[in-house]
Amino acid sequence: MSELRPDLAVIASHVAPGSRVLDVGCGDGTLLQALRDERQCDARGMELDPANVAECVAKGLSVIQGDADEDLAFYPDGSVDYAILSETLQTMRRPDLVLEELLRIGRRAVVSFPNFAHWRVRLSLLFNGRMPVTRLLPVAWYETPNIHHLTVDDFRALVNERGIKVEQSWFLRGDRETSAAAANFRAEHAIFVLSR
Amino acid sequence: MATAPIITASDVLELAEPLPLDSGQRLEGVRIAYEAYGTLSPARDNVVLICHATTGDQHVASPHPITGKPGWWDRTVGPGKPIDTNRFHVICANVLGSCMGSTGPASLAPDGKPYGMRFPVITIRDMVRAHVALLTALGIERVHTVVGGSMGGMQALSLAANWPHIPERVLVIAATATMPAQNIAFQELGRQAVMADPAWQGGDYYGTGQSPDAGLSVARMAAHITYLSEASLTEKFGRRLQDRAAKSFGFEADFEVESYLRYQGVSFTGRFDANSYLYITRAMSYFDLAEEQGGKLADAFAHTDARFCVVSFDSDWLYPTTESRRIAHALNAAGKPVSFVELSAPFGHDSFLLDVPALDRVISGFLSR
Repeated sequence: MSELRPDLAVIASHVAPGSRVLDVGCGDGTLLQALRDERQCDARGMELDPANVAECVAKGLSVIQGDADEDLAFYPDGSVDYAILSETLQTMRRPDLVLEELLRIGRRAVVSFPNFAHWRVRLSLLFNGRMPVTRLLPVAWYETPNIHHLTVDDFRALVNERGIKVEQSWFLRGDRETSAAAANFRAEHAIFVLSR
Repeated sequence: MATAPIITASDVLELAEPLPLDSGQRLEGVRIAYEAYGTLSPARDNVVLICHATTGDQHVASPHPITGKPGWWDRTVGPGKPIDTNRFHVICANVLGSCMGSTGPASLAPDGKPYGMRFPVITIRDMVRAHVALLTALGIERVHTVVGGSMGGMQALSLAANWPHIPERVLVIAATATMPAQNIAFQELGRQAVMADPAWQGGDYYGTGQSPDAGLSVARMAAHITYLSEASLTEKFGRRLQDRAAKSFGFEADFEVESYLRYQGVSFTGRFDANSYLYITRAMSYFDLAEEQGGKLADAFAHTDARFCVVSFDSDWLYPTTESRRIAHALNAAGKPVSFVELSAPFGHDSFLLDVPALDRVISGFLSR
């Protein structure tokens, strides 16, 4: 799975083989394809962009065009083992509600997001006084899809407040893991496995 | 796209057994006209069953015998095309109740006279039952894919729900699982236009030298409007006048769009039987897959192992995206593998017949694995 984006590689390698998986915001289906072909998962997806859905269909994947903010309601309770939301939480209108939906549909939820408290972001904001445009957040504020930036500590506080259990977490700097202790400062990406 | 000539094999099958119908009646001596393209593999595992729309026919990729126009899905079906006849054996049958060779109200009843309104009211499931009888007669137990747009999509869904062991893939384009009230209303409008024409004569117009062309023409004009989008009408005709510099202050076809509609209506009467139009639209109005299965659409798909792909078009107001989404959600709730996509295309409901490259990609992609 070396071709996968680092956070997707971490997710793919920790999904139990043969699981039922729903990837919310699955893009062109790269993760789904890896889960299906390399871990024999029953892998489904939801994606907003029709061109991406067409791409997924061409890969033989089962993907429904839909908006996670609205269409997750149609999935039955506990219908998958893992509900995955990779790099998408920060684009949701109501990330907290989407998180609840993931935990309703999946026995576990897997969530990855870029950490807005990474030191480069902090420095950029501190010295330039403008919304950071970095390698990981390359789009200017007015056209970024990321409407709800969050930090590792923000996310920890939210799951804590909602009584959601963190089963596992990984923090990435580039494609390397970094420690949980300093993650809010040093991690570019965070990945959480959650359950009720 | 390849332009090699397509090998066709038109044929008519006469069913040995009477065909049981949803109404409880049994229809004797049913004939099913069909076209086939491409070669059946020795394992008989490469069959694509195409189901045609309301006024369509079996001439998918070969010229229409009356109008001489290319097949209605010529752009999609053929060598090297999205439904590739180099790979697949494509079968399309004229639906029961139609008038292009399959048994319908214009056919002769056992008493030697045309059925007319004595023809039993049929359903979408009855049409599919006839398709299944055809497949059985051809020795085909499974189909690689069943595909249809509009009423064809309803047949594809009905096949998956009622004969779940037959299709391996189900591709449903611009269709619905439950005919909405607005569509029932338009269909009633069309039927009333036919029946209001004195030449209809209670359906017994065969051999009288008259037929309800005026009524059928109006029905077609109304239906044709529902197949197009407001944007495509504006783009194609706008308010342009037809072969004249000024309005006539009369009731000639002043506007291009009026002339176009009149042409559509009149040319339709030359190739379609008015009673068939009544029976087929009736079957569509009755169509409710959820009702057939006890009220819950998801239950309709409980027994199928097929993969589904559901496609809608953003400009289609006759079978809007909400209808397709309902199908996708029901399949999802039933735990079936399903893809759904709303494609952007300007042509309204007719988009499935026209140049929409994204649809080509979805079709070829869905059939490829």
